[in-house]
Amino acid sequence: MAARVLVLVGTRKGAFILESDAERRSWTQRGPFCETWPINHVVADPATGVLYAGGGNEWFGPAVWRSDDRGATWTHSGAGLAYPEGEVPVKAVWSLAVGHGALYAGVEPAGLFRSDDGGRTWTHLSGLRDHPSRADWQPGGGGLILHHVLLHPDDPRRMWVGISTGGVFHTADGGETWEPRNRGTRCDFLPEGQRYPEHGQCVHSLAMAAGLPDRLYQQNHCGMYRSDDGGRHWTSIEAGLPSSFGFPAAVHPRDPATLYLVPLNGDSAGRFVPDGRAAVWRTRDAGESWTPLRDGLPQENAYFGVLRQAMATDGLASAGVYFGTGTGSLYASADEGDHWTGIARHLPPILSVETLVIGD
Amino acid sequence: MTSPSRPVSVHLPAPLVALFPGSPRQLEVPAATVAEMMDALDARWPGMRDRLCDTTPAIRRHINVFVDGARARLDTRLAPGTAVYVMTAVSGG
Repeated sequence: MAARVLVLVGTRKGAFILESDAERRSWTQRGPFCETWPINHVVADPATGVLYAGGGNEWFGPAVWRSDDRGATWTHSGAGLAYPEGEVPVKAVWSLAVGHGALYAGVEPAGLFRSDDGGRTWTHLSGLRDHPSRADWQPGGGGLILHHVLLHPDDPRRMWVGISTGGVFHTADGGETWEPRNRGTRCDFLPEGQRYPEHGQCVHSLAMAAGLPDRLYQQNHCGMYRSDDGGRHWTSIEAGLPSSFGFPAAVHPRDPATLYLVPLNGDSAGRFVPDGRAAVWRTRDAGESWTPLRDGLPQENAYFGVLRQAMATDGLASAGVYFGTGTGSLYASADEGDHWTGIARHLPPILSVETLVIGD
Repeated sequence: MTSPSRPVSVHLPAPLVALFPGSPRQLEVPAATVAEMMDALDARWPGMRDRLCDTTPAIRRHINVFVDGARARLDTRLAPGTAVYVMTAVSGG
C-alpha cells in the first residue's frame, strides 16, 4: 500500500486534516471537524489509525473527540475529565499523548488524566496536582495549561509533562509521584538572583529525541535547551539563534541531533517572526549550530507567530516538516526543511499540528 | 400524588443537539428541579450533563437555563408542566 500522509491540525474553530501521498506535492483538505470547537491538539494512534482531538468549548466544557474513520465521523466524551467538587472545573483539554495502551490528556487548569478505553472515560492522575509546588503554578499567556506530555517509549511508568507556568515535571511511577526537572532553565521574569528556581519556569514546548529517550529538547519562554539526562539538567542551546523566545520544538523522526525551532522576536515585541521574515531554524548537531531555513517562506511583511504545539515532522524517508501559524497558514516541507510550500492559507488560528503516516 | 417528578418541557439549543445525534430541540422529562432535569437528560444521552454542568457543581458559566423568565440554578424547583429553556449565552460564542 502506498503511503499516505495526514497532517492533523487543531485550530481555534475546529480540527482540519490535510492529506497527500508520499510525494507530498498536492494536498486535499477536509474539515472543520468537532463542531468547530476550539481544538488544542489532534493526535493519531499510529498503531490503530484512530484520531483523537482535545479541546474545550466555552459553552460545553472539555472533551476529547475520537474518529475511527480518519475524520469522517467523530464522537466525543468528557466523562471523568473533572476535578473534585469545589475545585476550579476543568476548562479544556490541551494536550494528548498515546502509548502503552493508554491515552493521556493534559488539561487547563493544569492536570493530567488517563484513559484506558480509547477516550471514552477518564481517570485523574491526581499525584501531579498533589505536588507541593502547585500553589506556585501561575497562568501563562494561554492560561494555566498542561500543554505537553512525553511518554517514555519503553517504560510505561515514565513520562514528562510541561506546564505553563509550572515547569517540567517527571514521574517514574506512572503518575503517582512527580519531581520538577528544570535545573538550568531560566526565569527572566523573576528578580535577579532568583532566576533559576526549582519550578515555575515557563516551558513552551518539549520534544524527545528519536531513539534517545533521555535526550529532551525544550523551547522555553526564556531560552532553548537540551537535556541528555531526562531533564535533570538542561543546557542552553540558544547561541546562534536570532532570539531566545519562541513556542514550538519538533524533532527529526530518526536523527536525535536534528531539531527544528521557530524563534520569534521576543515576548514584548509582538511575538512575530523576526523582521517580518519567516524562518524555521534547524540544528543537525543537537543545538551546537543553527541554520535558518527560508526557501519558500515569506521574506517580507510576515507578522505571524507559531504556537507551542503547531510544528511537527512526519516519518517518511525524507522527513516532512510542518508548521501552522496564528494567522491560519499551514506550511510544509518534504525535504527536511530545505524547501517550503504553503498548503493551507485561510484556516482559523492554528493551535497544533501533528502527522500520521499510513501504509508506509 | 407521591411522585415529585412530573414532566416539564425542556427546550435545548441547536449547538447542544448537534453533539448528541437523535436528541430533539424540545422534549418532556420528569423533573422537580433543574438538577433532576439534568439527570434525566443525561440518562437519555450520556454525557449531556457534562456539557451543561461543571463540577462546581453548577450550570456552566456560559449556559443559561431560564425558568419562568428568570435564570435558574441547579436547585431551582420546577412546577409540573413548566417550560425550561436551555440556551447558549452570547458570551461563550
